[in-house]
Amino acid sequence: MNKMEKALHELSEMDDLAAQDSPVHRLHPTAKLLSTIAYIAVVVSFGKYQLGALAPMLLWPVLLFQVSGVSVRTCFYKLRIVLPLVMAVGLFNPFYDRAPMLYLGGVAVSGGVVSMLTLMLKGLLCLMASFLLMATTGIDSLCASLRRLHVPGMLVTLLLLTYRYVGVMTEELAVMTDAYHLRAPGQKGIHVSAWGSFLGQLLLRSMDRAQELYGSMLLRGYHEHFHYAPVRPFALPDGVYTLGCALVFLLLRRVDISQLLGSLLVR
Amino acid sequence: MIEFQHVSFAYEKGRSVIEDLSFRIGDGESVGLIGANGAGKSTVMKLMLGLLAGEGKILVDGSELNRANLSQIRRKLGFVLQNSDNQMFMPTVYEDMMFGPLNYMLSREEAERRVDAVLERLGLQALKHRHNHRISGGEKRMAAIATVLAMEPETILMDEPTSALDPYNRRIVINTIRELGQTKLISSHDLDMILDTCDRVILLSEGRIAADGPAERVLRDRALLEAHHLELPLRLA
Repeated sequence: MNKMEKALHELSEMDDLAAQDSPVHRLHPTAKLLSTIAYIAVVVSFGKYQLGALAPMLLWPVLLFQVSGVSVRTCFYKLRIVLPLVMAVGLFNPFYDRAPMLYLGGVAVSGGVVSMLTLMLKGLLCLMASFLLMATTGIDSLCASLRRLHVPGMLVTLLLLTYRYVGVMTEELAVMTDAYHLRAPGQKGIHVSAWGSFLGQLLLRSMDRAQELYGSMLLRGYHEHFHYAPVRPFALPDGVYTLGCALVFLLLRRVDISQLLGSLLVR
Repeated sequence: MIEFQHVSFAYEKGRSVIEDLSFRIGDGESVGLIGANGAGKSTVMKLMLGLLAGEGKILVDGSELNRANLSQIRRKLGFVLQNSDNQMFMPTVYEDMMFGPLNYMLSREEAERRVDAVLERLGLQALKHRHNHRISGGEKRMAAIATVLAMEPETILMDEPTSALDPYNRRIVINTIRELGQTKLISSHDLDMILDTCDRVILLSEGRIAADGPAERVLRDRALLEAHHLELPLRLA
């Protein structure tokens, strides 16, 4: 199995995760989608120095990992490529914002370091929440929920096709890299001189395949309504879950739990 | 019934792939569409399904194919693609088979009944919950046929249904095609398979009909086949 085939296998594992059964998996997709959106909105609304106040937001993904049976290790393994990019966002903050903000055992910690850590934690929390949504819902149910929330069909189709397109592109990449290495023995990676034509061919080939794939969907009645996605009515527990999550998130946003606990301990 | 009336199509201006093509396929007919590479076989099928738009008229059961009735016409025509990987886009065989019937607003129970009936008919029950990317090429081809049959189309179009199959799986696909009661249009270079499954053959050459007649007659005509870069089926050689 080459690297690309492994990637393809990993992609299909997301569908496997979504097909598992747990109280989180059984929740209505719309409930999960709305609570995730609320969570991400609250997480990003924290100020850049509110690291302490942000920390308790970690409780929600931890709870979901526990209840859904999705392992934290799987999450970090699957996010291993994108995670460093997100974490790198605030990397330069310590250079720009050097004013001491707090002292930890006599060591001054600058505002830049705090804001960098806040940004990193925000990125991590948002990624974990998105991963949990995908790992417990599945792309088709998610798209069906988006349509139910009146998100334009074109946008939802784009999302669905992008998801499917990743698989198609990876398959084509696997075939092309195999063909390349068979005629370039002993060479590590793809030589710079071939990058242009390689990428061009990859784009053309995967576009052709994506076109066929979309044609196949159309021929089997696809019309942006996702009737085929597993559905059940939005029940009372789903409503309670959504509302409960939203209220807890707002509470965590309004009340600095870390500070509260800290002041209780100091007293 | 499917009818092409003076249909022309070009991918690029001035380079026609299909030129003034007219033919008619009656209900229950089994028609083989043969021709050399680039003769226009796949294009004819895509035009029939409204995936490409050309000049002239295409009629399905008397209704002219247009944007307004595209969905109804596509419901009548099931298309088995040459590359099953492009046909099977859902995670499992079961989900792929449910995709079409549910999109056409069948209840989940009715769709499941259809899926089970088709799987049983084709002897594919063991594939039901298998992942599409973990089944063999032959199984995938059979599953692709199953996804189309689950929609219960009146006509089945197949593009190279036996390509890249080993002799055993090829025979399974041929037997399955023979047992289908629907109207069939099968495009292929596998002339032995065409001889096994079709009563009539249309030979395309440079976008025009070079021959149209009973399969036995057209496929026995060595001079005609060789003039169009084809060879006699092995069984008749």
